[in-house]
Amino acid sequence: MTIPLTANEVLDREFLDVRSKLLLVAASLDRLDRAEGNVERDPRRRGLAEALDILSDGKEDRAERIQMLFSRQYDADWKQSLDMPRSGAPPR
Amino acid sequence: MYYIDPHIHMVSRVTDDYETLAKMGCVAVSEPAFWAGFDRGTVDGFRDYFHQLTEFEPKRAGWYRVQHYTWLCINAKEAENVKLSREVIAMIPEYLDRPGVLGIGEIGLNKNTKNEAIIFLEHLDLAAKTDEQILIHTPHLEDKYQGTRMILDMLCDDRRLDHSRVLVDHVEEHTVRPVLDEGFWAGMTLYPTTKCTPERAVDMVETYGPERLLVNSAGDWGPSKPTAVPDFILAMRLRGHPESLIRQVVYENPLKFFSQSRNFDFTPPEVLESEVR
Repeated sequence: MTIPLTANEVLDREFLDVRSKLLLVAASLDRLDRAEGNVERDPRRRGLAEALDILSDGKEDRAERIQMLFSRQYDADWKQSLDMPRSGAPPR
Repeated sequence: MYYIDPHIHMVSRVTDDYETLAKMGCVAVSEPAFWAGFDRGTVDGFRDYFHQLTEFEPKRAGWYRVQHYTWLCINAKEAENVKLSREVIAMIPEYLDRPGVLGIGEIGLNKNTKNEAIIFLEHLDLAAKTDEQILIHTPHLEDKYQGTRMILDMLCDDRRLDHSRVLVDHVEEHTVRPVLDEGFWAGMTLYPTTKCTPERAVDMVETYGPERLLVNSAGDWGPSKPTAVPDFILAMRLRGHPESLIRQVVYENPLKFFSQSRNFDFTPPEVLESEVR
């Protein structure tokens, strides 16, 4: 399904909103810089920097990729890792 | 436009909220059992809660002609108490034949622990044995992706479950696709800071189409907005989508999903209006 609006219409509608959100992010980062102490090694700070890279890389699915950036990895062997008891349910 | 909020915790809201929902076009709500903000200590605490969900809330909703449905379980946060969880699961069947009880929910994971997974599996077993529908909570923030994948693993391991009778809630951009790909219903929760915004929910409708997608407010005792579904309706309109598509997502889809529950007895608002005349 496509979005009914043209790119120009989306930009017209959302420019001020996006501009405002970018300023919020910029001001937050400035605040971090002005505050006493250093969080450059904090994984959350590094995550924010990586998220900003995703925003500007020109590729699709930015929202999904930022979600994954801030997500714990899925361990396909989690049942073994958690030492789960065998389920009584019939296997598929 | 008439709409249905398929996930909202009205026990945490004041009666004025029912009035506001009714004024905004809400004709039905479904209320999954959830965490009260504290861990309950006894099975009788849950018995009282289920009594409230199945008797008083439908009555309170009815004052504003909102039809009320519910889901029963012990939620993931309290599942760490395995003994109590098993007592509650054993007690749930006492309530499954009550009017408006749509199934087992909202079960799921919170921190993706072993005890949570064990109790989730035991809820699935109850649902399979009693032929109930299932409504599932997925974890928050950094735990959501891992927890959603674990939940899908457990659901797909059990061949007794009909995927079209399971709703996996609180999906976001990184979890909606695997949920839909496995044939489950997916719920998008509109929250002020976490989960999803109305605009991002519209994006997901545009990306994946309206089939098996629901949108809810999950209004509860925390920061939340019980009128978030009307916000989604407006966002869809401003994006240029037709009323028929909006109605499908906010009204017809919940009806289609809920209609698979034996206790779903719904009176369309048009019929209620004709009764008034």
